[in-house]
Amino acid sequence: MAAPTMESTGSSTTPTQTVTIAKGLNMALRNAMERDPKVLVMGEDVGKLGGVFRITDGLQKDFGEHRVLDTPLAESGIIGTAIGLAMRGFRPVCEIQFDGFIFPGFDQIVSQLSKMHYRSQGKVKVPVVIRVPFGGGIGAVEHHSESPESLFAHVAGLKVVSCSNPVDAYWMLQQAIDCDDPVLFFEPKRRYWEKGQLDPEAEHLPLVSSAVLRTGSDVTVATYGPMVKTCMDAATAAEEDGNDIEVIDLRSLSPLDLGPVAESVRRTGRLVVVSESPPESSVTSEVATRVQQECFYSLEAPVLRVNGFDTPYPPSKLEEGYLPDLDRVLDAVDRSLAY
Amino acid sequence: MSPEHWTRPSRPDERDRIADTAVPAATSATPTREQVIAGLRATSEGGADLVQLLTPEGQRVSHPDFDIDITDEQLRGMYRDMVLVRRADREGNALQRQGQLGIWVPLLGQEAAQIGAGRALLPQDMAFPSYREHGVAWCRGIDPTELLGIFRGTDHGSWDPNETGMGLYTIVIGNQCVNATGYAMGQKFEGKVGNSGDDATANEATMVFFGDGATSQGDVHEGMVWASVYDAPVVFFCQNNQWAISEPTERQSRIPLYERAKGYGFPGIRVDGNDVLASLAVSRWAMNEARQGNGPLLIEAFTYRMDAHTTSDDATRYRMGDELEAWKLKDPIERLRVHLLREQIADQEFLDGVETEADELAARFRQFCVDMSDPPPERIFSAAYAEESPVVAAQREDYLDYLSGFADSGHDTEGSVR
Repeated sequence: MAAPTMESTGSSTTPTQTVTIAKGLNMALRNAMERDPKVLVMGEDVGKLGGVFRITDGLQKDFGEHRVLDTPLAESGIIGTAIGLAMRGFRPVCEIQFDGFIFPGFDQIVSQLSKMHYRSQGKVKVPVVIRVPFGGGIGAVEHHSESPESLFAHVAGLKVVSCSNPVDAYWMLQQAIDCDDPVLFFEPKRRYWEKGQLDPEAEHLPLVSSAVLRTGSDVTVATYGPMVKTCMDAATAAEEDGNDIEVIDLRSLSPLDLGPVAESVRRTGRLVVVSESPPESSVTSEVATRVQQECFYSLEAPVLRVNGFDTPYPPSKLEEGYLPDLDRVLDAVDRSLAY
Repeated sequence: MSPEHWTRPSRPDERDRIADTAVPAATSATPTREQVIAGLRATSEGGADLVQLLTPEGQRVSHPDFDIDITDEQLRGMYRDMVLVRRADREGNALQRQGQLGIWVPLLGQEAAQIGAGRALLPQDMAFPSYREHGVAWCRGIDPTELLGIFRGTDHGSWDPNETGMGLYTIVIGNQCVNATGYAMGQKFEGKVGNSGDDATANEATMVFFGDGATSQGDVHEGMVWASVYDAPVVFFCQNNQWAISEPTERQSRIPLYERAKGYGFPGIRVDGNDVLASLAVSRWAMNEARQGNGPLLIEAFTYRMDAHTTSDDATRYRMGDELEAWKLKDPIERLRVHLLREQIADQEFLDGVETEADELAARFRQFCVDMSDPPPERIFSAAYAEESPVVAAQREDYLDYLSGFADSGHDTEGSVR
């Protein structure tokens, strides 16, 4: 795939500002709703409360109860009615409160949402976005810290993306809403309050593209979502050891934009893939497989992975050990360099 | 039957006590569990609340709430609908037996429920089907040949839901109930409900079709919860055909299915599903209620699946032959035929004409089926996404390249596989 080119913005002028990922998402929803009256926000507590993470804060007040729907408490109903609304021409954005609660809606996602376009050979479009705060590190109880994105990346007919910073939060969510395909939008919940500079006038990447966040010549690290910051920190720390790490944010998990990763690996000869999810049959498996297929003669070391473990998510007092941290990433970098 | 009839003790100790006292069935005010279930199975007449306008003997009867204005021509039309749909359905079964179809889902016995409901829909309404709704499809102007691809394996449904007002068949049980409710919410959000005036298209509603087995699925429950709290203009049309493959209705519910509506806060009504007039009358009423903004309704069409669940099923393993024989006496087509003749609404010449038309449809249906070509290999990849995925595009390119390597493969990416 050709390297993605920047898309220029057509939005109204606002100056560069410091925003959190949460604020970027909120601004994205507001923009999308202002632009298109068919955009709806729906889910549990998204109205008066503004969502359990306040991502939809203030939207119901400004757009009304028929644009921002506080729904009954059932995920299959949220996603299933969103499909019907989309068939009617609406563009629903569903919020799932926490990653571990998406499974009651799994049937509607895999049986209907992902297949409607294919089943009808394009006659029926279901532009539904499902926002999922995902990943650990917030000290929550069971079912509140999971990384189920690989399950959805495996489902044909869905797009699966994850943002890692306020700029991507702002642009990727609007692009997901504009997209005629159903999009699973994974938000790194423990990074919601990380800040960054957002210039709505600046150019931005297309939705399906990975981004080189930091160039380096020794080892390529590919990651996404909450682990991007960890990997960037690891790259900074690696400098002290004299190692020059290139960090790539995958951004789109399905379809993958492998081009920048492969290009990077051809230069560095080494790849470490990082995510919080269990490793077996995961997004990291897919990246590793395809890189060894495409870059076999460039590789100086086997592709290594740093993940959570193939266990259910542990009690929160153990998540520090479960989640890949800076040291585990650096350890993998060292092992790669040792070949 | 009164609601009290269905009141039953909930605590086990109380139930045991009643069982111990062995109150004779005929005099018991509170039926035992066995009596309740026996009562359900004994509802082959549908119970006292059944809305019926045409008896199994073909006689018109009046109903205080559901009288219906219908012309002789419309009556003849519904007879024609049922005969033609049944003939296509029987041909579908035969084509499966002859290896032309992978599977067929028979409609036999449910023609009146579907034609009555289908003819109650206006062009602007939307129908969400399960997978047995051949009669509803017929009413939505979908030619029976368009059903064949699903069962022959050439497509997943060829009609355009936007043009026909009929969604594609849904195979996962109950999924469509939430989808339909969402669609109906959209109709309401767009202001297509509760408008007065002369414009016949000013109001819209949605009807969703499912079976008695589906009522056990969470999605049916969630659809009804959503419909209720959003006052969505959706009519839940449950065809209780008594069997969910081999599981009888009492394996799904302890109360008559239409009574469940009360729990959601909207009306539920049981109609004789083998009576096309009653099915039409009740469906018209329900759709009008929904279009006028009075919220959702549940119709339980009490009917019977006279054939197996699908051509892969063997109904003789789980149901008694005399049950089928009893239901044959309630055949929906036969009772309308008798009525038409008795009331001199139709003569033998009309009936013969319909038979001829059915023969022609069957022949066309068969010919269409055997003439269907397999889709070309690139169809595997077609429309997987609205915005083409580079991953899928690469896979298509690789696969077609691979196929082209066979000198005599016969694979022609322009046409069908020979």
